[in-house]
Amino acid sequence: MNPAVEALVERIREANATRRALSIRAGGTKDFYGEAPVGDLLDVSNLLGVTEHEPTELVVTAPAGQRLVDLESQLGEHGQCLAFEPPRFGAASTVGGMVAAGLAGPSRAAAGSLRDAVLGVTMVSGRGEVMRFGGRVIKNVAGYDVSRLIAGSLGILGVIVEVSLKVLPRADAESTLRFDLKPQAALELLHGWGRRPLPLDASAWWNGNLIVRLRGSAAAIAAATRELGGEAIASAAAAPFWGGLRDHTDPFFAAAEEAIEHQDAALWRLSLPQTAPLLGLAGDELIEWHGAQRWLATALPPAQVRAAAAAVGGHATIFRGGDKSAGVFAPLSPPLRAIHERLKRSFDPNGIINRGRLYPGL
Amino acid sequence: MNAPLPEATARAAIERGRRQAEVVAALSAALPAHALLWQREDTVPYECDGLTAYREQPLVVALPESEAQIAAVLYICHGLEVPVVARGAGTGLSGGALPNPFGVTLSLAKFNRIVAIDPLARTATVQCGVRNLAISEAAAPHGLFYAPDPSSQIACTIGGNVAENSGGVHCLKYGLTLHNVLKVRGFTAAGEKVEFGSDALDAPGLDLLAAVVGSEGMLAVIFEVTVKLLPRAETARCIMASFDDVRRAGDAVAAIIAAGLIPAGLEMMDKPMTAAVESFVHAGYDLDAAAILLCESDGSAASVEHEVGRMSEVLRACGATRIEASVDEAQRLRFWSGRKNAFPASGRISPDYMCMDSTIPRRCLADMLIAIAAMETKHNLRCVNVFHAGDGNLHPLILFDANDRHQLERAEAFGAEILELSVAMGGTVTGEHGVGVEKLASMCVQFSAAEREQMTGVKAAFDPSGLLNPGKVIPSLVRCAEYGRMHVKRGMLAFPELPRF
Repeated sequence: MNPAVEALVERIREANATRRALSIRAGGTKDFYGEAPVGDLLDVSNLLGVTEHEPTELVVTAPAGQRLVDLESQLGEHGQCLAFEPPRFGAASTVGGMVAAGLAGPSRAAAGSLRDAVLGVTMVSGRGEVMRFGGRVIKNVAGYDVSRLIAGSLGILGVIVEVSLKVLPRADAESTLRFDLKPQAALELLHGWGRRPLPLDASAWWNGNLIVRLRGSAAAIAAATRELGGEAIASAAAAPFWGGLRDHTDPFFAAAEEAIEHQDAALWRLSLPQTAPLLGLAGDELIEWHGAQRWLATALPPAQVRAAAAAVGGHATIFRGGDKSAGVFAPLSPPLRAIHERLKRSFDPNGIINRGRLYPGL
Repeated sequence: MNAPLPEATARAAIERGRRQAEVVAALSAALPAHALLWQREDTVPYECDGLTAYREQPLVVALPESEAQIAAVLYICHGLEVPVVARGAGTGLSGGALPNPFGVTLSLAKFNRIVAIDPLARTATVQCGVRNLAISEAAAPHGLFYAPDPSSQIACTIGGNVAENSGGVHCLKYGLTLHNVLKVRGFTAAGEKVEFGSDALDAPGLDLLAAVVGSEGMLAVIFEVTVKLLPRAETARCIMASFDDVRRAGDAVAAIIAAGLIPAGLEMMDKPMTAAVESFVHAGYDLDAAAILLCESDGSAASVEHEVGRMSEVLRACGATRIEASVDEAQRLRFWSGRKNAFPASGRISPDYMCMDSTIPRRCLADMLIAIAAMETKHNLRCVNVFHAGDGNLHPLILFDANDRHQLERAEAFGAEILELSVAMGGTVTGEHGVGVEKLASMCVQFSAAEREQMTGVKAAFDPSGLLNPGKVIPSLVRCAEYGRMHVKRGMLAFPELPRF
């Protein structure tokens, strides 16, 4: 066994003996996300090893401590990518942190989520046991899909050691188009396009502009670009725009940071049905995923934001800043909360790992 | 030698009868008389699913007609500590719906209503008993379809697809059931209403939906599913390519992917399989080829034209001896007809066959075919091969005669060797048929005791009383002594008219 994994197992067993909580951290680029970390620092940036990428398998297996930027450049050499476009909140972002957070970027609505791409996970549970679930093949129904349960779990079930992900070839062609539109008109246009076999990939509405990205074969992109109209954005400008959206360095997110600092605002992530109406909440709003993800920088009370999201069948997360005392994530229904508690006890009976990072008391 | 003593058998029968009377009496309070079956002649149709080698009489069959009745049945069974086995169309191939002799089989067949099609949101909300194909049929007027298409799609239900995380020939491009389901509504074992996923693209907390999909009815009972619909592609074309060497065919599969192409379907048949299906469907397959690849492209007319050109180039560069691209829909369907009839065609050339379902890395396809050829000599049995090559999912069919006990034993050893080699190649023992009861023993090859124990922990987190479909998926230590497999006797396969795999 990798000596770093052996040391990790030892550390978790010790923590179980002394009942001291451990807080997992590698690059530390997502310290802001989730409930406040509790316990001694468990630095996992040393979980390194060989990255196995077999381009003809569309699968990559990477150690948790590998930097995300390195993984992506390795895939890029073979014309492949992580289709879900995980955000990179800094060069230090790691593969393990990416999987634990479960976040996805602009392509999400078209290309699927991080969880969709997870094929297998090797982990050390809160009991200090090394276990592997899933595998390195695309079709696999042997046993419960524990590896996908680990995706987005914020580390509360154990430490991710290695992960296998489905990768995809980069699209042959893409184009970015801009339209002057009010948000309601932008959403209606997107829903109409969505019903047709168009190579629609990403969309973003902010401040009177709808920007859409098409991806696919050159023939399909050429035809769709002609058909949809709008103002074509040159790739030299389009690439940094989508990158800024993906990594939250775009002017909207910069303004949100300002609002967090000076106006007691929070940056909310509202996950809603794509066709949910505009919620009309006060604050600055950016709409992605064809309406399914709406960012809102606002100082409104959490209860009001949550109620508005729930009323249309969605949920709201305090992504950055604000008063977290109302809970970062939307509360669970009683039967789901009970399942969460029993899952936590099963993987981590003494509540050692990332205690309370997802929900207080878990 | 382990047969129970006659007195013990009699005692067990009396005990079962007493238990049955107790459960029937309790459920009678919740269900109308016609929704409750327990006489043997009424329960026989429920004794097995598509894996007919395993049969068991359920204690009682309950056929609820409303959500309230499902909840009541679960609540009553929970109170009496009676196991519950949920059942859809019964087309599963791994015994996932095999009854429990002391349990209630909960048939959800009456939940066959399409609740809503939302063309704007591109979603369908359907009851669990709706057939897979019926969703696409209902969505068709809107130019939409439901992508996962297991070969049994005219009969299998969406509830069963969720239980098994079903695939199909198009899942390389469009994903499995998990990737196409947004939300499921159901009940816990205790009859409490619960919802996994949401109408949005994610839900707060742990991704319990990912655990429920593919859990073979062991974590919750699902009565309603919301799926994503996709716009139907403008057109589709299929290329049929022949190879005079299986290694070159296997390399061609890898080369297609390496060229950055994601075919809508990519299937492989070896020479004996091709001969068997050709004499069955007369599709005009190349009988001289060592292996045949079927490679499909779908999308807009312009992009399909372009993609078919690129695919053909790659196949030619890999040494294809004959390449033919379908020119119309009739020809495309004829190319697929043989592939879809691999099962009935195999039934014509052998009294019995055993179907494997492992998945391996694509680059190992040729190695596996060559290894299987060596195993044919070693075990002195024939094997014909159809592969979902694009996914690396294998369906070798081991041919034998079950009337010859030695042949059955050799077939079982043959199958075990394929599964072990699959795991050794970095693959998995089941790609799409599920574990059920059939592959319980194979789970021991793939997972350590700690991993299996953790899966038991997941089961207990959803179902603390352990009453939902007990005894499936996770093997006991005792079961880890022997490898299980599917064994289909000619004429005993349930729904023999259904296309398979």
